[in-house]
Amino acid sequence: MLKFFREKKGFQLFGLLGPGALWIFIFFNLPILIVLFISFVERGRAGSIKIPPVYTFDNYVQLFNACRSQFAGPECDPLLYVGIFGHSVRIGLVVTFWCIIVGYPLAYFISKQKQVWRDALMILVIIPFWTNFLVRTYALKQVLATEGLLNSFLMNLGMINNPLDLLFNEFAVNVGLIYGYLPFAILPMYASIEKFDHTLMEAAADLGASPARAFLKVMLPLTLPGVIAALVLVFVPVVGAFITPDIMGGGKIEMIGTLINRQFGVSRNWPFGASMSLILMLLVLIGVIAYFRSSTEETRRGI
Amino acid sequence: MAEYAVEMQDVVKKFATPEGGILAAVNHVTMQIKDGEFFSLLGPSGCGKTTSLRMIAGFELPTEGKILIHGKDMSQVPAFQRPVNTVFQQYALFPHMTVEQNIEFGLEMKGVPRSERSKRVSEALDMVRLPGMEMRRPKQLSGGQQQRIALARALINKPEVLLLDEPLGALDLKLRKEMQLELKTLQREVGITFIYVTHDQEEALTMSDRIAVMSKGVALQVGKPDEIYERPATRFVADFIGETNFLNGVVKGQNGSMVEVELGDMGTVYAESTRAFTNGQQVSVAVRPEKLRLNGETKGENNLKGRVEEVIYIGTDTHYGVRFPGGQKARVREQNITQDNRERAHTGDEVTVSFTRISPRLLTE
Repeated sequence: MLKFFREKKGFQLFGLLGPGALWIFIFFNLPILIVLFISFVERGRAGSIKIPPVYTFDNYVQLFNACRSQFAGPECDPLLYVGIFGHSVRIGLVVTFWCIIVGYPLAYFISKQKQVWRDALMILVIIPFWTNFLVRTYALKQVLATEGLLNSFLMNLGMINNPLDLLFNEFAVNVGLIYGYLPFAILPMYASIEKFDHTLMEAAADLGASPARAFLKVMLPLTLPGVIAALVLVFVPVVGAFITPDIMGGGKIEMIGTLINRQFGVSRNWPFGASMSLILMLLVLIGVIAYFRSSTEETRRGI
Repeated sequence: MAEYAVEMQDVVKKFATPEGGILAAVNHVTMQIKDGEFFSLLGPSGCGKTTSLRMIAGFELPTEGKILIHGKDMSQVPAFQRPVNTVFQQYALFPHMTVEQNIEFGLEMKGVPRSERSKRVSEALDMVRLPGMEMRRPKQLSGGQQQRIALARALINKPEVLLLDEPLGALDLKLRKEMQLELKTLQREVGITFIYVTHDQEEALTMSDRIAVMSKGVALQVGKPDEIYERPATRFVADFIGETNFLNGVVKGQNGSMVEVELGDMGTVYAESTRAFTNGQQVSVAVRPEKLRLNGETKGENNLKGRVEEVIYIGTDTHYGVRFPGGQKARVREQNITQDNRERAHTGDEVTVSFTRISPRLLTE
């Protein structure tokens, strides 16, 4: 029996790849196919879908024309959902931008420390992962609350007289997301920066490059793979985030994630949720592919 | 223009050691490097030669003292504004750029227009004998080729001083010998001051106009290769450059430039020296193995009786290890001019070791 497998290369390959491939098919591909199916049928009365299924494109049409919804009032905005998509992408870009701007110098600083300190600092970066995401987000909410840590601190210092509105707005959502996803930006950038040979910066300075030019011409291109990894690792989950905007935005900030979440929950409109999920996936996919296309050459040069 | 290309004035560089102490990597070094000179900083690792070079380049700042380049104080001038360029030990070529982009980097920083840049890049590649390599990547080049590209990248900027940090260290022996001569020729052609850091004494002797021998952060001796070799100032210099026999003794008398030294049970030798010694002073009679002769006793010279302990045949020469009464040892190097030369003495033979009175150096430190 074993001999049979050993002789047949095809079976060997199947034996090694089979379990993983099966896992991916059952838990990744199949659910997406199910979502795809749901997105093309009409919703059932109590949630879920109509059985037997009635096929329709309405779920997609509704996305681009909110007035097609059966709950739409007379003053409906047809681009309501498109606006939420745009809004989510904007939050995604802002959060990614700040994660990279804050994360890069931090990763650089850590990479320059002695081995012992480097390890200790990297553990400090990772430690938040050991605490539940929800707990951390609620903790941050306490910091930003009207009578929270930050406001009382500033008021005690006498820097402000009335508490600032730091919570339940887009600022709070951005802060929450940056806080949550910063480690995802630091880790890949640290990996890139740590491998970077700092003699190259001396070489650039030696050849007349000011520190800023040396960074732009030498260090940034050579650590770009880490920056791109950070960009993808932060942008993709942030665009679809739903817990943080829910808690930090207090239900006032609508993102695609919260919208989709609601379709499968209180709104009981699975097909509409499914169509939004797929459009979001498509959007992110197109974005990531476009980015990689435009930067592969640079990435490849990053060696 | 000032007389000297580079001047180090009482330069000190202190580092904190990992153990919490303070180490003076460079300790009160003063030296002047002339314009157009091939100057080597020679010494074992940790002697402060690389630190000195890095301070001239501007990568490190002196803790005390001053560095002047063509008379201008460099204390407030950052590395990227200094009129020097460096060839790094591991070349430090930019891996994400082509050979052309690497070489033109300095010109680009200066704002030289593209058309002139590419003309000068191809000239620079001709100079290092690698024409047509513009579009290659550093990774596609051999170690020797990368070395030349690093050289071209530095020289294209026409620096006032070129700093080379053991640039041949990573090459194999044969290539290293070739590059030594090539570098020396190149330096004569371009007429730029070269400051060359090396731990290889032979390399320094071959290439340099002048050498500074460094040890433990101090410049022990600065001089032309033959001065350093023939008239070493200290035991360390005599030992580090080439091979030296040290015969320890006590000064018995001095008559003008002729010093009489008693070497314990071995007898007395005479050596010429311009220095004044006091009777009873401890000295080392330092004499090179090739300046000793075996069984060539001559009147008016120093002749010492000893016993051959080992005979080593190394092709061009035969080395004889001779032990003298009292236990001191010397190595005698005889050129194998005739085939039977190696038969001159065998292990255990009683021999006479002779050398002229002007051969040795008398060293006290």
